[in-house]
Amino acid sequence: MNFKHKFVFLFPGLFVLIGILIFPIIFTIRLSLSGWNSYTPEMNFIGITNYIRLFTDDPRFWESFFRLSFLSVTTVILQYVIGFALALMVWREIKFKRFFRVIFLIPMMTTPVIMTVIWRTFFHESLGPVNDLLGNLGVKPILWLSDPVIAKFTVIIVEVWQWTPFMFLLLLAGLLSLPKEPFLAAAIDGASPFRKFVYVTFPLMAPISIGAIIIRLIEASKIMDTVFVLTSGGPGTATETSSFYIYIKGLREFQMGYAATLSFTYLVIMIISLTIIAKVLTKLMIKE
Amino acid sequence: MHKLYTFLKYTFITLWTVFIVAPFLWAISTSFKDFQSVNSKVTYIPWLDFEPTLEGWRVLVKSPARGGVDIVEPYFNSIFVTCTASLISIILGTLAAYALSRFTFKAGFVRNNDITFFFISQRIMPPIVLSIPFFIFLSTIGLLDSLFGLVVVYIVLLMPIAVWIMVDFFNRVPKELDETALIDGCNPYQAFYKVVLPNSIPGLIVAGMFCIIFGWIDFFFAFILTFTEVQLLPVKVVALNSSITPWWSLSASALISVAPLIIVAFVVERYLSKGNLSGALK
Repeated sequence: MNFKHKFVFLFPGLFVLIGILIFPIIFTIRLSLSGWNSYTPEMNFIGITNYIRLFTDDPRFWESFFRLSFLSVTTVILQYVIGFALALMVWREIKFKRFFRVIFLIPMMTTPVIMTVIWRTFFHESLGPVNDLLGNLGVKPILWLSDPVIAKFTVIIVEVWQWTPFMFLLLLAGLLSLPKEPFLAAAIDGASPFRKFVYVTFPLMAPISIGAIIIRLIEASKIMDTVFVLTSGGPGTATETSSFYIYIKGLREFQMGYAATLSFTYLVIMIISLTIIAKVLTKLMIKE
Repeated sequence: MHKLYTFLKYTFITLWTVFIVAPFLWAISTSFKDFQSVNSKVTYIPWLDFEPTLEGWRVLVKSPARGGVDIVEPYFNSIFVTCTASLISIILGTLAAYALSRFTFKAGFVRNNDITFFFISQRIMPPIVLSIPFFIFLSTIGLLDSLFGLVVVYIVLLMPIAVWIMVDFFNRVPKELDETALIDGCNPYQAFYKVVLPNSIPGLIVAGMFCIIFGWIDFFFAFILTFTEVQLLPVKVVALNSSITPWWSLSASALISVAPLIIVAFVVERYLSKGNLSGALK
C-alpha cells in the first residue's frame, strides 16, 4: 500500500537535484574532451589531449592541489582541537555559559568573503592594527599578505576564525546528547578529569568527531572565497588552491575545455580521497 | 591542580573571545573614520585617537550617481535568493527525508542509506566544477545575470543540508505517531501533514537556519553567474574592496551585511541549550 506514496515523497527532491546536476556533469565531461577556448569557442573533439597535458605538463595544478591539501588538513585539525576544547569548556556549568556559546558561534554566521575584506584591512602591512600593535611591542612589521610562507598562515588564521564555530557547534551538540551513565560510573570510580576524557568522553564522541571532521574537510576542500579576497592566490602562486587555479584557467583565460578537464579530474580525486579519509578515520578512532 | 586548570580554561576562553571579537571591533571603529584617520597612522578609539564621522554610513544610502554605494538593492536580492532557495530546498528536502526515514527503498544495490548519501554528497561538489557548465548553460538560455539562475544553483547548495538534518530528525520522531494517524483513518499525506510536521518544528527551524546561513554566505556562484543587472550583497561588498580603499564605507557595508545573521547565532544557541539540536546535528 505504501509502494506508491513513498515515491511521491522522495521523487520531487531527488529529481530536482538530479535534474539540476546531470547536465553540468555530462557537459563537463564532454567539454573536457574539447579544445574550447576564446579563439575557438566550440565543442570540437580533441580526444584526451587535455588529460595528457594535465598529467604530463601542468605542475601548477598539482602544486595547487598539494597546497589545498596542506591548507585544508591543517585548518581542519586546528578547528577540531580548538573546537573540541571550547565545546568541553562550555559543556558543563561555567559563568556566562550562554554568552560564550553565542560568541563562539558568531563567526560561522558571517559571510566569509565579507569578513575577509575586513581581515585584509586588519592584516594590512602598514595601516593595519596587527602590525601596529606588534610594533608597539618592538616587533618588526610582518608581511602578512606578501610573504609566500606567512601568507599561507594568514589564510589559515582566517579559516580557523571562520569555521571553528561550526566544529564547535557539531561537537557541543554531540556532547549534550551523550548519555549520563558512563560519566556517573567514572565519577564513582574516582577517575581524574584527564582519564575521564581519554576513557569516557573521547570514545563516546568518536562517531560524532568523525562526522564533524569529514563535513569540515568537505567544506574546507572548497577553500576559495578567503584566498580570492585575501591574497588572490598570491604572492605569485603561494596561496593558490585548486579551485582558484581552475577559476583562472576557465573564467579568466577562457580555456573552458582545459578547465573542464581540471574540474573533472579534481572532482574524481576529491571523491576518492574523501572516501579513503573517512574509512581511515573510522578505523583509527573507533576501536574494535 | 584544579585551580591551574580553571585558570587555563578561563585564559583560553578569554583569548578566544578577544580573537573572535577583534575584527568586529576594528570594523566598527574603521566605519567612523575618514581619509585622514585611516591613512596617516593606525587609530583605534573614536574621539581619543580620531574625530569620528558618519560619512562611511551615509554613503550606503546615497545613490551611485552622487558617489554613494547602492547597497539596498543587493541587500534585497540577497534576501530574495536566500529565502526562495531555502524554502524550495526545505520543502523538497523534508519530503525526501521523510520518505528516506519511513519507507524502504530497494533498487539493485541501492538502499536508503545510499540515496541519503547521494543527497548529502552533493556538498562535495566544488562550486567551480558546477559554475563553468552553468555559466555556459545559463548564457545559452539567456538567464545569466538573473535571479532565477541563482535560485536554481542555490538549491543544489542547500537541499543536501535540508536532507541531512531532516533525515536524522525524522528518525527520532517515533514511528507510532504516523501509525496511529493511519489507523485513525488518515491517508499517508494527511498523516505527514497533520501529525508528523507539527511535531517536527524544531527540526524544520534548525534546517531552515542552516539553509539560510549557507545561502546567505555564498559568494562564488553569485560572483560567477551575475554581473551588473543582479548583484548580491557579498559581490557588492567585495567589489568595493578592489577600488581604492575607502575603508570606512567598506567597513560599514560589511557590518550591515553580516548583522542579520548574527541574530541567528542567538536562535541556534537557544535550541542548543534546550537540547533540540543534539539529535538534529548528529
